Amino acid sequence: MKTDKRGVAYTWPITLWLTIFFLIPMGIVLVYSFLKKGLYGGVEFKLSFDAFNIFLNAMFIKIVLKTILVSLGVTFITLIIAVPTAYFIVRSKYKKLYIYLIIIPFWTNFLIRIYSWMAILGHNGFVNIFLKKIGLIDTSIQFLYNTGAVVLISVYTSLPFAILPLYAVIEKFDFALIDAARDLGATNGQAFFRIFLPNIKQGIVTAGIFTFVPMLGSYVIPKLVGGVNSIFMGNVIARQLTETRNWPLAATISSVLILLTMIFVLVGSMAKKRGDNYE
Amino acid sequence: MNKRKTSLFFFVLSMLFFYLPLVVIVIYSFNKGKSMVWQGFSLKWYKELFLYSDELWRAFRYSIVIAIISSTISTTLGTLGVIGIHWYKFKYKKYLEVLGYLPLIVPDIIMGVSLLILFVTVKLNLGLMSIIIVHTTFNIPFVLFIVLSRLSDLDYSIVEASYDLGATEIQTLKKVIIPMLLPAIVSGFLIAITLSFDDFVATFFVAGPGITTLPLRIYSMIRLGISPVINALSVIFIAFAVALTLSTTKLQKYFIK
Repeated sequence: MKTDKRGVAYTWPITLWLTIFFLIPMGIVLVYSFLKKGLYGGVEFKLSFDAFNIFLNAMFIKIVLKTILVSLGVTFITLIIAVPTAYFIVRSKYKKLYIYLIIIPFWTNFLIRIYSWMAILGHNGFVNIFLKKIGLIDTSIQFLYNTGAVVLISVYTSLPFAILPLYAVIEKFDFALIDAARDLGATNGQAFFRIFLPNIKQGIVTAGIFTFVPMLGSYVIPKLVGGVNSIFMGNVIARQLTETRNWPLAATISSVLILLTMIFVLVGSMAKKRGDNYE
Repeated sequence: MNKRKTSLFFFVLSMLFFYLPLVVIVIYSFNKGKSMVWQGFSLKWYKELFLYSDELWRAFRYSIVIAIISSTISTTLGTLGVIGIHWYKFKYKKYLEVLGYLPLIVPDIIMGVSLLILFVTVKLNLGLMSIIIVHTTFNIPFVLFIVLSRLSDLDYSIVEASYDLGATEIQTLKKVIIPMLLPAIVSGFLIAITLSFDDFVATFFVAGPGITTLPLRIYSMIRLGISPVINALSVIFIAFAVALTLSTTKLQKYFIK
């Protein structure tokens, strides 16, 4: 590796771009959370802790907690489905084909994937019409517009992101270790929890981060299928920005969201490093 | 061993979970009726989609233009950046190494909101340009990742040989480095195009009233519930995803060999 001017020549465009269009906007968000609310949106350039005071009330704290809890729930369910699925694919003869089958929904437009569930579970959706036809129900059941719908559809959209990194790690796992554990008298369960899981920890953490981080910043799914009681932090930010027009408050919640994301990513990468030592 | 059965169960569950909604949409795109009640086979929604959906197609054209421009910028910045980061030492290298990947962990909505606030503060009109800026920014880390993985396999002595033989920096870049990196540059570009084409949230905040991209248009249509034109459009998207999956694996085979 060399020290010369060429390094700077190659990197100044990207550095400039990311500084102007990424770092500075983040800085502005942080600064705006300490400013006074403008009359018609925007801000007045006066120091103020109004936004923080509004934020620290039960309603917003509840939304933050709910965002974290639902995101953790989605991550947990996604992993429970993704680990055995990835395991099955690795052990299967038709690995390649199955991986393609996972990648196809991954390439399909995000909104279309959400829409497909709305068409199935909606008020006049496939399931309701089917149930009416066979005479089980007379009036439609409301499947959508609750937290359950948000969880279901979020798991659906995150699964490929969890399966692919898990697949990559499980493929490198030496399955002879399981046989060795069994020979030494371990039960199936012991072999799974004490040999298999610790060895694929890296993949689990990566899959977890890929699911959890986008979930924290979720906006579309709660907006489309969440109803009034399943509001995420993202929805509050959007509402403060475009409807209530309290920009300092939108900036404050955004800052909290950025901070939360950073904390969870740091915790995740520390867990990953611990995994390294384990081996 | 019942582990096999358990994992088979979850695998089948995942597959059903993945494909059931898609299959239902594909079937109902051929429905004569407007709702999810089956009223016979018809291609009328495809006709509606292709002939009478001007707004959708205008949005589609905007999306294409935005995807191509933003991916070109992010691929260029990213590729040059990776060459600099990987082969040379310079003052702010550590800073750039962190900065380059940060957009990856920041939620999409924050990207949109923070740039909206920046654009409003500096009084930039929202529109094509603001969307292109957002897309370029969130695409950069992906290009960095992909090009870096290829670059770390390359031998720097090839580049040195080029200088020794009297090539200038630009000549080396054009005739040696870029041709060697081409597969990674192409896949970085393709990923960037896909992500740009798919993005809703960040775009939603910075689009302004004048410009509608395809995801924005789809969103305004599905908000109101089931739309048979969207069913037909979904089939096109799914078919495209299948084609893309097959062709990228072909491409990979061609390049990696």
